[in-house]
Amino acid sequence: MKYSMISTLVVASLLTAQTAHAETLRLLTWGGYAPEDVIAKFEAETGHTVEVTTSNNEEMIAKLRATNGGGFDLAQPSQDRITSAQEEFGIYKPIDMSRVNADLFIPSMLSATAGNSTFDGEVYGLPHVWGTSGLVVNTAMAGDVQDYVDLCDASVAGKVSYRLKRPTLIGFAYSMGLDPFAAYADADAYQAILDQVEAKLTECKPNVKTYWGGGDEIKNLLRSGEVIASMAWDTGGWQLNADNPDITFVAPEAGALGWIDTFVLPARGRADDAAYDWINFVMQPEIAAMITNTAGNFTAAVDGDAGVNADLKARYQGSFDQEAIDNIKWYPPVPAGLEAMEGATLDRINAAN
Amino acid sequence: MGSDRSRLGFYLLLAPILLWLIVLIILPHVGLFLVSISEKIGPREYETGFDNYAAFFSEPLYWRTFARTAIMSIMATALTLILGFPIAYYIAKLTRGRTKTTLFLMCMIPFWVSELVRTFGWMILLRETGVISNTLQYLGLVNGPIELLYNDAAIMVGLVYTSILFMVVPLVTTLDSLDDSLIEAGYDLGGTSTSIMREIVIPHAMPGIVSGCIVVFMLSLGNYLTPILLGGKDSLWFTGMIYTQFITRFNWELGSAFGFLLLGLSSLVVFLGLKFSGQSLSETMGRS
Repeated sequence: MKYSMISTLVVASLLTAQTAHAETLRLLTWGGYAPEDVIAKFEAETGHTVEVTTSNNEEMIAKLRATNGGGFDLAQPSQDRITSAQEEFGIYKPIDMSRVNADLFIPSMLSATAGNSTFDGEVYGLPHVWGTSGLVVNTAMAGDVQDYVDLCDASVAGKVSYRLKRPTLIGFAYSMGLDPFAAYADADAYQAILDQVEAKLTECKPNVKTYWGGGDEIKNLLRSGEVIASMAWDTGGWQLNADNPDITFVAPEAGALGWIDTFVLPARGRADDAAYDWINFVMQPEIAAMITNTAGNFTAAVDGDAGVNADLKARYQGSFDQEAIDNIKWYPPVPAGLEAMEGATLDRINAAN
Repeated sequence: MGSDRSRLGFYLLLAPILLWLIVLIILPHVGLFLVSISEKIGPREYETGFDNYAAFFSEPLYWRTFARTAIMSIMATALTLILGFPIAYYIAKLTRGRTKTTLFLMCMIPFWVSELVRTFGWMILLRETGVISNTLQYLGLVNGPIELLYNDAAIMVGLVYTSILFMVVPLVTTLDSLDDSLIEAGYDLGGTSTSIMREIVIPHAMPGIVSGCIVVFMLSLGNYLTPILLGGKDSLWFTGMIYTQFITRFNWELGSAFGFLLLGLSSLVVFLGLKFSGQSLSETMGRS
């Protein structure tokens, strides 16, 4: 009897070992969100191996769409791009909250992301890294640029760059006193806003040196002094600030645009255990701080900012006072079909002479 | 028995190319075509129809970009020919032995690095804080920094540079096959340099010219990197538009339709080019 008891235990523990068996986690994420040292620690602790593919919002969705949600086990799109992609392409699977250590997340962010990524009653996203986009300005040469529309000012003519993408449309709309997020649900009202922004951006076109595409491109342009005022991400501005104290991120008067990058499970991911392990691992305060130090953006981890280096904190505080933080415009979920309207507007701006 | 065996050998030899054609070219195009004729009417709801093609013709932006891409590719092809012909003539007719090999190799050296690196090289040269701008300032020829990047001329430079090898190689091959005594005979009969070029050299080199032009035109029309990186805020290129539809707009249906239209356009231009130059495809491809 005793013997069989022990053998049962042995078999049971072997089975457990089998289920906790090491997997390969194929992670589709942004540059800087999975630093080498974090991966090494995770692999040593859990035995899983991690393969990282870096990408951006649109490419993540395009990649997952091409495989119907296969090829990756964990992806990190922004929270506003989850429900529409799920509605159109069905590329994600719901999060099993019982497998996530919710205590590691800042409760307000966890519930906000859950609300924004709920589709058909199921939650699809968990918050990870957040940040904003606003203005990155060479304050010595373009100190007057305080808002998106200031990029169209004659004083910075020919030395301006922004992306020809949706954040630009939304930033300019706010700066022109409009409220695009409130009009998300009303296609006609949103089209009216887009038309006004289109006129403004077309008029502003002679001011623009080039429309930038990638983060390195805009950093290069600012660093060389070819561009002195731009619309870009906060981290880009802070990184440049480390090299050249004149360049920094400025939270626009109309409000910086806030995004939260999330964790989502692709519909046909094979390594859910490793994915949940990774989520629970990187949300620990000390790991979150390591990620903030490489990515430059803060995380949704409780106490995640404790271990962040002092320079980065100082830059963050320099760009954001309490008023600017309260004024951040957080992206609500993008309704399906909205991007087609924006796409047509962007095309017309691009073609205008 | 013997004929059976040779037939088997024929099919075995044919199999790799057939497999390649069917799996990598025909099947993806059939899939692409099916996507291009599905219209989106709502989330996950599609209907069959030609709306995507209609959208191309009803939206001026699309067909203007299309025409712009075609015209600029034709210009790039013409420029490549004008620049490539003297080079090829020099290599094929005026040099011998080692010099010839060296010159030929020098034409190829830029192609040992990837297209991306070559394009970045041009960006370093042309940008406002780049090599050319700085040199001109240093020499006192200009007062302030000048921006040479982000315009159509930069795209043209990039396209010609990227494709010139594909013009030079077929030209050298055809010019090599021209017997020098024919040129001498032309002079003996009182021909001038221009008339010999017109009556003897160019007619002989025609298959090389046409095949070089076809390759360069196709490469320019389908180029994505060069126009995107060197072009400015007004520089639209059709391949860039296809990318945008597929990746940033999630509109695979329109993107596929664009892909087919590009295929149609390039075939049409090549067909017209062959018609006007009086060449046949089999002769052009067979001889070079």
